[in-house]
Amino acid sequence: METEVIKKILDAEGMDRVITRISHEILEKSKGTENLVIVGIERGGAILAERFRKKISLIENVIIPKGSIDITLYRDDIGEVGTQPLMKGTHLEFDISGKKVVLVDDVLFTGRTVRSALDALVDFGRPQWVRLAVLLDRGHRELPIRADYVGKNIPTALEEEVVVHFEEKDAMDEVYVARKK
Amino acid sequence: MLEGKTDVVEELTPNKSNTQWTKKDLLGIKDLSAEEIELVLDTAASLRQVSERSIKKVPTLRGRTVVNFFIEPSTRTRASFELAEKRLSADTLNFSGGSSSLVKGETLKDTAKTVEALQVDLIVIRHPSSGAPHRLSEYVKPGIINAGDGINEHPTQALLDMYTLREKKGRLKGLKVCFIGDILHSRVARSNIWGLTKMGAKVMVAGPKMLIPKEIEKMGVEVSYDVKKAVKDADAINLLRIQLERQNEPFFPSLREYARYYGLNSDVMKNAKEDALIMHPGPTNRGIELSSEVAESSGSVILEQVTNGLAVRMAVLYLLSMYKPENK
Repeated sequence: METEVIKKILDAEGMDRVITRISHEILEKSKGTENLVIVGIERGGAILAERFRKKISLIENVIIPKGSIDITLYRDDIGEVGTQPLMKGTHLEFDISGKKVVLVDDVLFTGRTVRSALDALVDFGRPQWVRLAVLLDRGHRELPIRADYVGKNIPTALEEEVVVHFEEKDAMDEVYVARKK
Repeated sequence: MLEGKTDVVEELTPNKSNTQWTKKDLLGIKDLSAEEIELVLDTAASLRQVSERSIKKVPTLRGRTVVNFFIEPSTRTRASFELAEKRLSADTLNFSGGSSSLVKGETLKDTAKTVEALQVDLIVIRHPSSGAPHRLSEYVKPGIINAGDGINEHPTQALLDMYTLREKKGRLKGLKVCFIGDILHSRVARSNIWGLTKMGAKVMVAGPKMLIPKEIEKMGVEVSYDVKKAVKDADAINLLRIQLERQNEPFFPSLREYARYYGLNSDVMKNAKEDALIMHPGPTNRGIELSSEVAESSGSVILEQVTNGLAVRMAVLYLLSMYKPENK
């Protein structure tokens, strides 16, 4: 499928600045790192969560426990989507009960992924609270869900696509809006 | 990700195979490609952790109904399927040989049509006649999972055996796997032979001449009538139960004689590799096809096979639920 780039949103430096700012905001609102865990939603969110962990450990000089969740088993559209995503599995190296959880995803769109992720999280225990951090909020919510930390708000049309590339999997950091040709 | 189809494409790992499940049924390993087998095994690996959590359940198949249609006695396969269905939150309905209207003279087709009229999504069937699941899949719309048909195939058993082998040995390609016992009546052996040869493993079968099917070499396997020679160099030894219920006439003089010549005991194991795995689909006849000593030795993975069977059956249920007619 051919796509055409409409607008560049972030380059590598821009992305890093956003991550730095949100890391400070997380620390401020959580009042430090006690019981704080960062959980990324596979796959983009998990990469982003790792960046937040690294950034926070640089700022505060502590190691935040690692966690990622795979929402494949919690989707509400099994058998309806044309493509079958590969399962990555959920990896939480701590007991979620009583933790302050910052849930991380790259793009907030309909809100259905976040809904699935919340269901997946509570199957592992009862967190003290859960907050949501996203790199981009593109609007078009279908559920009453909002993010506590937003990198950038980008107005998009429904047929447009927000493409997020990470160095870890795509060899470079960039975000752009594209349209199918 | 749920955010539209394009994002789903983004989600796929580029370096891993992008195999998609395109089958309505799982009738046999014979119909699967190496890539499809790998997809089932990878999916099972992700699903295994569900059983390791404190809440051993995910909502994936909520609102779907699975019928377990067991016309032939089964304890472990049926229990494994039922638990797999429950862990995925499916509703289950059980029909078994004795209680089914089949004993009242209803044909398989009519029973199946009745089950279909109840709006079920998947049917797991075990049947004493080879090919029964295949016939069923022509009659009805729900996906069919073969849980063992006569002496033809037992695909989920072969998948869990391959899963166990791959996990223990890190690969399937190039492994040498030896099957000992009643090859003739064994759907487990047949499914495994289809699967292992597709995955690039070497298969050796051994047992009394009467219990080795003619021309089995055409399936790409080696044949031996000497157990001590057969186990040499094997990375895994898979024992098959002597199926007395499938033998109308005696195929060997006595169980004692069978145990003496074809049973796996520590004496035979002296000829095997030290790290050879001991596998058995169960139920085991201790003292006949294998000695208690060997069953409990460090190489025995018989109980791990049971644990892995649950994950593999969850994977099959999950993948078949993803099937859409237009995916084809």
